[in-house]
Amino acid sequence: MTMLLTMKDIYKSFGPVRVLEDVRFDLRPSEVHILAGENGAGKSTLMKILGGVYPDYSGTIELGQKPVRFKSVQDSAGGGISIIYQELSLVGSLSVYENIFLGRERHRFSWIERTGMKNEARRLLAELGLCMDVETAVEDLPIGQQQMVEIAKALSYQAHVIVMDEPTSALTEPEVKKLFEIIARLKQKGCGIVYISHKMEEIYQIADRITVLRDGRYIGTETAENLPADKLIHWMVGRQLNQQFPRHQSRLGDVRLDVSNLTVAGEAGNPIPLVDGVSLHVRAGEIVGLAGLQGSGNSQLLHGLFGTFGKRVSGSLKIDGRPVPITHPAGSIQRGLALLTNDRKSTGLVLGRDIVENASLACLPKFSPAGWLRPKAEKRAVSQTLQQLRLKAESLSQPVESLSGGNQQKVVLAKWIQTDPRVLLLDEPTRGVDVGAKQEIYELMNQWTQAGIAIILITSEMPELLAMSDRILVMHRGHITAEFESGQATQETILSAALGETTKGMRNTWRTN
Amino acid sequence: MADKLTQKNRMPEWITSPTSRALAALIVVFVLGLLFHAEGAFYKWGTHRDMLRAVSVYGILACGMTLVIITAGIDLSVGSVLALTAVLFALTTIHWQWPFWLAILFCLAVGGVCGGFSGYLIGRFRIQPFIATLAMMVFARGVAKWVSGGQKISTAVQQPDGTYQYVSVPDIFTLINAKIFGGNLTVVTVILLACILISWILLTRLRQGRYMLAIGGNEQAAVLSGVPVNPIKILAYGMAGLFSAVAGICQASQELQGDPEAGVAYELSAIAMVVIGGTSLQGGRGSLWLTLIGILTIGYLEKILSINAVGEDKRLMLTGVIIIAAVLLQKNK
Ligand SMILES: Nc1ncnc2c1ncn2[C@@H]1O[C@H](COP(=O)(O)OP(=O)(O)OP(=O)(O)O)[C@@H](O)[C@H]1O
Ligand SMILES: [Mg+2]
Repeated sequence: MTMLLTMKDIYKSFGPVRVLEDVRFDLRPSEVHILAGENGAGKSTLMKILGGVYPDYSGTIELGQKPVRFKSVQDSAGGGISIIYQELSLVGSLSVYENIFLGRERHRFSWIERTGMKNEARRLLAELGLCMDVETAVEDLPIGQQQMVEIAKALSYQAHVIVMDEPTSALTEPEVKKLFEIIARLKQKGCGIVYISHKMEEIYQIADRITVLRDGRYIGTETAENLPADKLIHWMVGRQLNQQFPRHQSRLGDVRLDVSNLTVAGEAGNPIPLVDGVSLHVRAGEIVGLAGLQGSGNSQLLHGLFGTFGKRVSGSLKIDGRPVPITHPAGSIQRGLALLTNDRKSTGLVLGRDIVENASLACLPKFSPAGWLRPKAEKRAVSQTLQQLRLKAESLSQPVESLSGGNQQKVVLAKWIQTDPRVLLLDEPTRGVDVGAKQEIYELMNQWTQAGIAIILITSEMPELLAMSDRILVMHRGHITAEFESGQATQETILSAALGETTKGMRNTWRTN
Repeated sequence: MADKLTQKNRMPEWITSPTSRALAALIVVFVLGLLFHAEGAFYKWGTHRDMLRAVSVYGILACGMTLVIITAGIDLSVGSVLALTAVLFALTTIHWQWPFWLAILFCLAVGGVCGGFSGYLIGRFRIQPFIATLAMMVFARGVAKWVSGGQKISTAVQQPDGTYQYVSVPDIFTLINAKIFGGNLTVVTVILLACILISWILLTRLRQGRYMLAIGGNEQAAVLSGVPVNPIKILAYGMAGLFSAVAGICQASQELQGDPEAGVAYELSAIAMVVIGGTSLQGGRGSLWLTLIGILTIGYLEKILSINAVGEDKRLMLTGVIIIAAVLLQKNK
């Protein structure tokens, strides 16, 4: 069978750092080919070479039988390749349809054909099962919807090679389902799909073949049937990993975080509140999972608690039994709250600054008594924390934008651990993190809870939510619609509660025990 | 073949670092000076000393501008604040005969408040820096004209009967205008160096400087990390105002008068110095060393053109070309 795409002997370096060495990859028509590997293995780099982002590589790329060399993104798109990059590449201030047609606006006599483009954008989004206003600015959409716009954009190119670099890391279950339906349809049409993901159950749901990279080297390619999960993990990390979710429940202490009647008002002019009178509590050493679909208000709840919304929030908050006001993030950090946001690029990191500066940003006063920085103490503390997280980086003074996605996530985690929080609000802490590092983050969550930290966890990965939470609250349209003790919940019950079916008698049961 | 390619990419880091790129522009200008030395004028230390003196006032403004640009802002008001403080300095020392230290403190306070207020507007009310400082630029110019009555404040003091009488130049003017180290350096140059040092300490040694870089790099992430964004913005613009006052005092001393029309378009020179050094207007990166290199590049360029008696028309055209060339040099690839 002729290959759609063959990449051979690919080498790539950034300055003195070699990130790909003798890598090969091929793609057949009508297949989903998974590209797997740890954070920093070089998956995104390989795909960026294919996308014409990095023209200075060595090696050969063949499309069909024809050797090609992409010098620009346009070249690659012209060759029928369409890529959804890991880090969203939309223009925030432009509308949905303008983003979809960016760079190839339809026009007649150089007048832009807005209506045509809008209709086409609506059709594409409808195909993805989305109905959204194509004229909203992308930056006003939640990150999951932005991701869907990105997918719609990639599909609009009518390419036969489609690369998806961790497309689901910002999506919730129903959206993922839709995406998989689309992938199935693309397969039927004969397209080849390269799919990068760190989510095991996803990989086995759609994989035809799997290729593994480790430290920039090619490890092997196998069909999904012949590469069971344990072997795949072994290929990726080079060692055996056992148990996937190692939650050891710690002894619960007193109520650490007590929220009552928290309301986050909607944006100016919107009467519907984002979070509507939510009450919850978390004990010292407890992990409370907060489930909910896009728009359920779970992320907004965390932001509201943390003070991001300032005066738009009402309700009362107690930490360790003492009432504290909700003011602004700086105050919250001082009171022992830490919020890891779900979008590291726009709200988590200062991409142009180096690793140390990012990791110490939230607790800089600690490293600068009387205002003077203590770079040595700072670097020592940061490198210790990052070692625990097994960060893979050339040096601590490289800008975080040159790190792989998963390693960037570790830097954000490090930033919040450095603040010695009492309550950790984690919004997708394992987004884009590889299996090995996920294990480490779970272990760290265990350690933190053992040390008495209270954790609220939002994650779109159901198995992670089920396994790591001691208690699960489900939100729908700003309300808590269900509560489950650890072990009681299943994927189905959570999903139905997230879709708005209040489970009677379950709500607020904790108030009585 | 693979290795050849990767070899080619192995450019030593010091060649591609921003500092060496900025230095390259300076060296090119310097070599031009060595070639067009105007009958050996360029080989004399006096030429370099005068260059430093001429560039000092702009350089002092560029220090504050660097801080502001690093927070992803801009300050258009520095030239007007310079004029206002120059007028106030001349007025308080010459006419009102305040002790020099009081006059200096007063001018610094006025400059700091002007800048800090712009910073407050920008932080608290989210007015765009361009607009807030544009308003301050117009306002401060107005105040300068109002307090001076539209006149240059010089040692010719108008008497009640309408006649002018010359008073002696206050010592502080002579002091700031003096040459030291056997006539090899001017005091204004020393003041410039002090301003660079202070800004450098602020930016690299103090927490506040780190916060400026973080705000410029990603303001939202900075807010969520507990960075006190508004106070830091007030500080950055306040420092720019403070340095404008320093420059105003120097300018008044050099001209022996306070001119309400002084400093027009100086903000543009200051911005040019910062960007020639390679600090990006996007914010989040930059350093005082780069600005120092930018200051010297522009200073030498102007000096070389003037010792070769190139007319102002061509001088301006060439400066424009050099700015673009230097910034292109900063670009990756
Ligand atoms: N622009 C760059 N400059 C320098 N180094 C880079 C740059 N981009 C990537 N790297 C390095 O190349 C290596 C591979 O990165 P890449 O993004 O391809 O990893 P990845 O396999 O996609 O990881 P992840 O699963 O975390 O996304 C990393 O070690 C990263 O630090
Ligand atoms: Mg990647």
